[in-house]
Amino acid sequence: MLDFPRWKRFFLWAVTALCIVAAIPSLLSFTTIRWPDGVYKPMVNLGLDLAGGSHILLEADQRQLAVQRLENIEEGVRQAFDAANPEIGYSEVSTANNRLTITLENPSQVDAAREAILPLVNGTGLTREWDLDVLDGGQRMVLTPTSSGFQNAVTTAMDSATDVVRRRIDALGTREPTIIRQGDDRIVVQVPGLQDPDALKELLGQTARLEFKLLDDSPDAAALVQQGIAPAGSQIVPGARGSDYDGAVIAVRRLGGVRGDSLTAAVATRDPTNNEPAVSITFDSAGAERFARLTRENVGKQFAIILDGEVISAPVIREPILGGTSQISGGFTVAQSTQLAIALGSGALPVELTVVEERTVGPDLGAESIEAGGIAMGVGTLVLIAFMLLTYGRFGIYTNAALILNALMILGIMAVMGATLTLPGIAGFVLTIGAAVDANVLINERIREERARGRRVVQAVEAGYREASRAIFDANITNVIAALLMFFIGSGPVKGFAVVLIIGIGTSVFTAVWLTRMWVAMWLRRARPADIVL
Amino acid sequence: MKLLKLVPDNTNIRFLRWRVPFYVVSLLLMAASVGLVMTKGLNLGVDFVGGQMIRATFTQSATAPVEELRESVGSLGYGEPIIQQFGADNEISIRMRLPEGADEDPGLADQMARTITDRIEADHPDVRIDGVDSVSGKVSGELFQDGMMALGLAMLAISVYIWIRFEWQFGVGALFALLHDVTLTLGMFALTQMEFDLNIVAAILTLIGYSLNDTIVVYDRIRENLKKYRKMPIAELLDLSVNETLSRTVVTSLSVLITLLALLLLGPPVIFGFTAAITLGIFVGTYSSVYMSAPILIWLGVSGNSFVPTETAVDVQERKARGEA
Repeated sequence: MLDFPRWKRFFLWAVTALCIVAAIPSLLSFTTIRWPDGVYKPMVNLGLDLAGGSHILLEADQRQLAVQRLENIEEGVRQAFDAANPEIGYSEVSTANNRLTITLENPSQVDAAREAILPLVNGTGLTREWDLDVLDGGQRMVLTPTSSGFQNAVTTAMDSATDVVRRRIDALGTREPTIIRQGDDRIVVQVPGLQDPDALKELLGQTARLEFKLLDDSPDAAALVQQGIAPAGSQIVPGARGSDYDGAVIAVRRLGGVRGDSLTAAVATRDPTNNEPAVSITFDSAGAERFARLTRENVGKQFAIILDGEVISAPVIREPILGGTSQISGGFTVAQSTQLAIALGSGALPVELTVVEERTVGPDLGAESIEAGGIAMGVGTLVLIAFMLLTYGRFGIYTNAALILNALMILGIMAVMGATLTLPGIAGFVLTIGAAVDANVLINERIREERARGRRVVQAVEAGYREASRAIFDANITNVIAALLMFFIGSGPVKGFAVVLIIGIGTSVFTAVWLTRMWVAMWLRRARPADIVL
Repeated sequence: MKLLKLVPDNTNIRFLRWRVPFYVVSLLLMAASVGLVMTKGLNLGVDFVGGQMIRATFTQSATAPVEELRESVGSLGYGEPIIQQFGADNEISIRMRLPEGADEDPGLADQMARTITDRIEADHPDVRIDGVDSVSGKVSGELFQDGMMALGLAMLAISVYIWIRFEWQFGVGALFALLHDVTLTLGMFALTQMEFDLNIVAAILTLIGYSLNDTIVVYDRIRENLKKYRKMPIAELLDLSVNETLSRTVVTSLSVLITLLALLLLGPPVIFGFTAAITLGIFVGTYSSVYMSAPILIWLGVSGNSFVPTETAVDVQERKARGEA
């Protein structure tokens, strides 16, 4: 018991010192003293509930993604059939029930049709994206999305959606945002110190899918639209709020348009004719070519500029636009045009994102929480220290020293791990301090008992540590089990609490069992007391 | 120097003598708690039912105009708000159910929050919006499931650990004590209608941990004494074990209570429910480790032989060969 080899003492002190040094920068942040620049600076991060800020959970709309994929394959099949030699005739295309059904005009062309479709069915990797079935003796062909293919599509879409989200937030100029993929179809965005989460949510919620589609100019189109029926080959699109088409519906040609998902630049500007806010866009070379062809072949016709499924304007093409630059307007406010420029410039979201969870904390509330938490921690610790001194005397001093070192070590380890301190984390901190004394209480009580049974001082102390260790070990293991479950299953506040608890359990065993044992041993060896007050 | 001794040496309280009445009372309390949860229900927060919570402080007023707010927010057409004070008298939380159709169109929820905050800000220029929590129906369902799973798994995993470290009777006893603690805490939340959210799940997990801490310390001493005093009647042995660890139980519970009380009285109001749950749990947990987890061992048939290796057929033969009975 009394024998504490030098290497062991050195090890215990070294670990303690390292943890405490790591805690210093975090403690200094409450004072005016600055940590020297360029030196390694471990810091405990403050959670959004303490620092203030927004936590936003976005979820992809998988249904919309499925519909969009179907639209893409339809366009692909149509192009492939038209491009085939001889051309493959088809009479009907249906996208009902989340699959593509094509009715061929001539069943004898089924082999040619199959050949034309096959390259579209196999994706880039090894997974097949679509299942192809031929029904009714080759008259009908059905393409059904495979689940692995769809999962691939979701993953790809989420990867690029995460990039888009990052670019948009960066464009807003927010500092230190955290953007993390979560699960299959979610993205977590955390922005500290944000004052106006609404602007952010609006920006992230905007898909920014820009389409240019020709108006259906067939003579009976207008009449059909009035009845709510889409003319053959067309779709009905509502007008955007605030635009000239607010409240109206317009029929546009479903296929053969140009998409604005490959822009190289988008800048908020003003329309030179009427000085209204507008956004000037620049296509990349492929997009510019498609746009040039669309405008060249349809001079004199009207085309609709559609943003996220709503018509914002429908100008007449007066002359081919060959330079790849265009300007869009539609009753925007200045703020709207700025936001749209950011959204278009950062690329369209490949899938619609919706906010499924939001937690915003104002900076004042966070500051109040830190202050109240700090005061509670200080007062609680002081009363506890007095209580321990009164109950255990000299052993109480060891307990208290362990207690304070324990708190510093938790802070230090959290700093090195880059862990985040949240409000429940502070509660965990306070609670850990209360519970950390338990180990020492168990030991001290046991020493008392052994002395009462008549053991000599050294033997009593030794037995106290040995016998108490068993219960301390079991109790801490069960707490770790609970804490680990909280960490892995729990979310948000539960997680923040669990982190502190897990670290605290480790450090409290270290300080309360090992460190105090060393101190007691050193004292017993030096002073050789005949009796102890306990 | 004279040290403080809360529990005098050689204390011998015959706790176990009243085990039956205490058990009856505890079982009745548990039944009452289940009844309360079934009838009154838990006041589930937005974490678990979805909806929005807006927190606001009226910086220039001493108290928040709760009645007026209830009327003005209620007149916006989103249903009745639940308005609660927390912390200072001028701090409130306003809770709203998600508007109808919000599952299809999440924009509706946002719009609701903005309409409400705009209205409050227009009526009360001194208001400071401290935070908005908005949880969709889908996410809240997941949070509830995850939370309950964490609770259930924790109780099970801990019981299995005790079973491995001790004997099956101890595992059952610990599990029963935990059920007792969790049920009473839930009953308390049903009774007071305090908000039950994610933080409270964390609080219950914590009190499971600490209630068990107590149980283990008592069990550890019972195990030790069972090996030491093989012939002692079990009730007497349990009493001895509880009394021997009583001083530690009192000192530790007091220590944790000191820090919790500081947190409860001085800490941030946002975590009041959380600390209240743990504080209650410390009382319930300390009680249950003495009166729930120890007596059950008698009924489950723990005796002086529980920690003696079972005799094998070979042992029996050897014993008979030696001519022993």
